[in-house]
Amino acid sequence: MEFKIEKAIDLEGVVCPLNLVKVKVALEEIASGELLEVILDEGDAILNVPRSLKEEGHKVLKVVPLDRTFKVVIEKK
Amino acid sequence: MKFTDEQLERYSRHIILQNVGVTGQEKIMNGKVLIIGAGGLGAPAALYLAAAGVGTIGIVDGDVVDRTNLQRQVIHFTPDLNKPKVESAKEKMEAINPDVKVVTYKELVFANNIEGIIKDYDFIVDGTDNFPAKFLINDACVFNKKPFSHGGILRFDGQTMTYVPGEACYRCVFNSPPPKDAVPTCSQAGVLGAIAGMLGTIQAAEVLKFFIGEGELLTNRLLVFDALNMTFRTAPVKKNPNCPICGDNPTVTELVDAEQAMCDLRSRM
Repeated sequence: MEFKIEKAIDLEGVVCPLNLVKVKVALEEIASGELLEVILDEGDAILNVPRSLKEEGHKVLKVVPLDRTFKVVIEKK
Repeated sequence: MKFTDEQLERYSRHIILQNVGVTGQEKIMNGKVLIIGAGGLGAPAALYLAAAGVGTIGIVDGDVVDRTNLQRQVIHFTPDLNKPKVESAKEKMEAINPDVKVVTYKELVFANNIEGIIKDYDFIVDGTDNFPAKFLINDACVFNKKPFSHGGILRFDGQTMTYVPGEACYRCVFNSPPPKDAVPTCSQAGVLGAIAGMLGTIQAAEVLKFFIGEGELLTNRLLVFDALNMTFRTAPVKKNPNCPICGDNPTVTELVDAEQAMCDLRSRM
């Protein structure tokens, strides 16, 4: 299934919690129901950021492992 | 509002809070707060509000820094002795956060100037040390529909409540100033330095909650603590129909300067 990505940000090398901050800023720039694609580092970033976003009510639609990062698709609540 | 990367880092611990977020931080940065008194309560309030990035912070105080202030007024440092408190406070706030615009008023508030000073602000913090000023701030805020945080400390005790227009005001609870000299001022009675920080930071938290619009303010509640036994309680208070300023038949219809209790610092001069 293909998603219509409204906005994409690359947070490779951006550590916690600044990566979450940047995701929250990016989510401010799209509308409810629209999709944000984020590249996150393995380790703390991929373990924490999607979990925090789910806690805030956003949906994590897809997590794709890449080389040393992950591509995550988030639907804004 | 577009945040710079520096701002995203500086405010990251706010932005990641679900109740603050990007929009809450923007509201803080658009906020205008006036702190009356750059003393024990105003010092921590000013420091935390500057650190939080409140857009405009006005600070009112007519005094200069005295050695007896330094035990609790943590915004003033030893090299600041004899410097106007508002200047000393402005330097520290700007050093903590150059984003913040600090406006100084090197004067005391009186019936004839308070309305002109508060008019440009969204929220007022009472950090004064005497009853005439506290009642004057209440009356000016009620007349001008400005929310404010009342705060008072003495010895090991502190109390605070938050007024928003239409809810219980300071006079709903404390009708009128006590008789002259019935109550000692801080300079006569002593105060544990750290409780100034406790109360001033509660006031700062109320300001930030007011700006972000989350949680419950201390409206219609009086928070009282006793740091000697470290007990806190909140007493419900109600809008009082017999309140002399916001009740059904108000007797306070204009601002007046109550007589200042003689303070030992003044009598020494």
